[in-house]
Amino acid sequence: MATAVSEQTLLTTSGLTKHFGGLPALHEVGFAAERGKVTALIGPNGAGKTTFINCLTGILRPDKGSMVFDGHALAGLAPHQIARLGIARTFQNLRLFAGLSVLDNVLCGLSAKAGDSFLEAFIRTPSLRHRERRLWLTALEALDTFGLSARADCPAGSLSYGEKKRLDLARAFVSGPTLVLLDEPVAGLNPDETERVGALIRQLRRGGATLILVEHDMDLVMSVSDHVVVLDGGRRIAAGSPEDIRRNPLVLEAYLGKISLTA
Amino acid sequence: MNARTAAAASYVRRHRTGLSVLGLSCALALVPLVLTNPWRLGILNLVALHAIAALGLNLFIGYAGQISLGHAAFFGLGAYGSAILTTAGGLPPWAAMPLTAAGVALTALVIGIPTLRLSGHYLAMATLGFNIVVHHAFVQWDPVTGGPSGLTGIPPFGVLGLTFQGETQQYYLLWGTAMAALTLSVNFVRSGVGRGLAALAEDEVAAAAMGVDVRRGKIAVFTTSAVFASVGGSLFAHYMGTVTPDTFGIFASIDLAIMVVIGGIGSLWGSLAGAAFVTILPHLLGPLEDYKDILHGLIVVVVLLVLPRGLIAGLVDLAKARFARRWSAVTTRPA
Repeated sequence: MATAVSEQTLLTTSGLTKHFGGLPALHEVGFAAERGKVTALIGPNGAGKTTFINCLTGILRPDKGSMVFDGHALAGLAPHQIARLGIARTFQNLRLFAGLSVLDNVLCGLSAKAGDSFLEAFIRTPSLRHRERRLWLTALEALDTFGLSARADCPAGSLSYGEKKRLDLARAFVSGPTLVLLDEPVAGLNPDETERVGALIRQLRRGGATLILVEHDMDLVMSVSDHVVVLDGGRRIAAGSPEDIRRNPLVLEAYLGKISLTA
Repeated sequence: MNARTAAAASYVRRHRTGLSVLGLSCALALVPLVLTNPWRLGILNLVALHAIAALGLNLFIGYAGQISLGHAAFFGLGAYGSAILTTAGGLPPWAAMPLTAAGVALTALVIGIPTLRLSGHYLAMATLGFNIVVHHAFVQWDPVTGGPSGLTGIPPFGVLGLTFQGETQQYYLLWGTAMAALTLSVNFVRSGVGRGLAALAEDEVAAAAMGVDVRRGKIAVFTTSAVFASVGGSLFAHYMGTVTPDTFGIFASIDLAIMVVIGGIGSLWGSLAGAAFVTILPHLLGPLEDYKDILHGLIVVVVLLVLPRGLIAGLVDLAKARFARRWSAVTTRPA
């Protein structure tokens, strides 16, 4: 099945291509994410998943192809412009603001709503005060959702790894983004913490969030995804429901190898 | 009664920053009543002038995580701008100051757009280079800047028929401006824009992913810090009555950066302390003045080794650690 475009589709890419010095990292990748669904992007190491995410978020410029999000063409936009359209992301290697407090990290996730005016910031106008207060309440609510309220004033660098992962999620979700790209949200977590993050993802999906999940943990992918896209060597080799993917011989060969898929 | 004290406590907690600024301002307002020696007041006036520039520089170095070794150039441009406009130009000081600041802002914008693509050592070198060029212009452009001997006869600052003359009046003008600069800076760092800068200082990629316009933020804070320095420079010219190029060389820039670093990167209160420390230190050295530069450097190294987070934050940390040790000694002592 080719990428079906309907009004339910929030994000589509077609023919997305990116070469690094002649080596194709992405080749003619078509992709679609439906509103309110979890779309997983899987593939072995070096398959091009991170390159794909970096193209979507404006960190890399694709050589060719189009990316359309909610009616906006993304190619050529700067990362902060893409973020302001309503695409949030988490980072595989976290990239928290280690020296800032947990609360400030989450408040940074609301940067697009905090205003740009230096003058207003220096004078601290009443409208800025009100806005800051609203943002502060929103941030506290997000801390509560992600179980970090008790740590609000700690420096982010002092958190445990599991807490850091949740803070990264809180920072991405606090602004109520239209689409969230989750880059390996459970990498390095123990089974308990993985289950906790899995439950959060299911909860967010029930709340209507649209998610793109890049993940190695097949149990998590199979249990939370509505749709799975498989990359290998920079090409899309399969797409379908988790059930289809589980049985697809191409996928089994390319990615899953001889691991039994009896999860 | 209880509810009232609780409400008062909550008020104090919510407004602690504003109340601290107010408290410091009141304390500073009383100083000339106690300290009547004009020479000593003069030193405090220099502290205020440096504090204005250091506060702006701290927004750039401390909050946005960049480096500038050229801010004395902006301070100098402010001083020369006001000096030229009020002597040759015949403008009143209150009009010359904002005009000069606007010109300096434009200069900072033109310098900042290409140089802020750089970071770390490269940015330090670029800003240092800018300072050297500006200093040369002050020395060489004789007809306008008066060359190596500079400009004299700059009128004291005045506004609305009020002229600030003598150390005490100048003290209120300069410290009033410094406290205004502190208030503005304190407001700024607690805003979304301030958080955005703190975020980009930590991680530009992550900050951009949150919607922070990294490039615009850096250029805007660079320009803002140049305006702070320019205002400090203008007041300096009106305070001294003369300007000479050597006040605005690269060593002055390094002193400004040292004020920020000694005071504590990203601590606005620290910048005040840093400005005071670096300004007062040479006067305390007295007979050792010939060794000023060596001692100066040595003290900076020691402070950074012992209190890497700066004087204020470092001393607070030390006090906390001492207190915590004593506390744990008390609580863990066997009964």
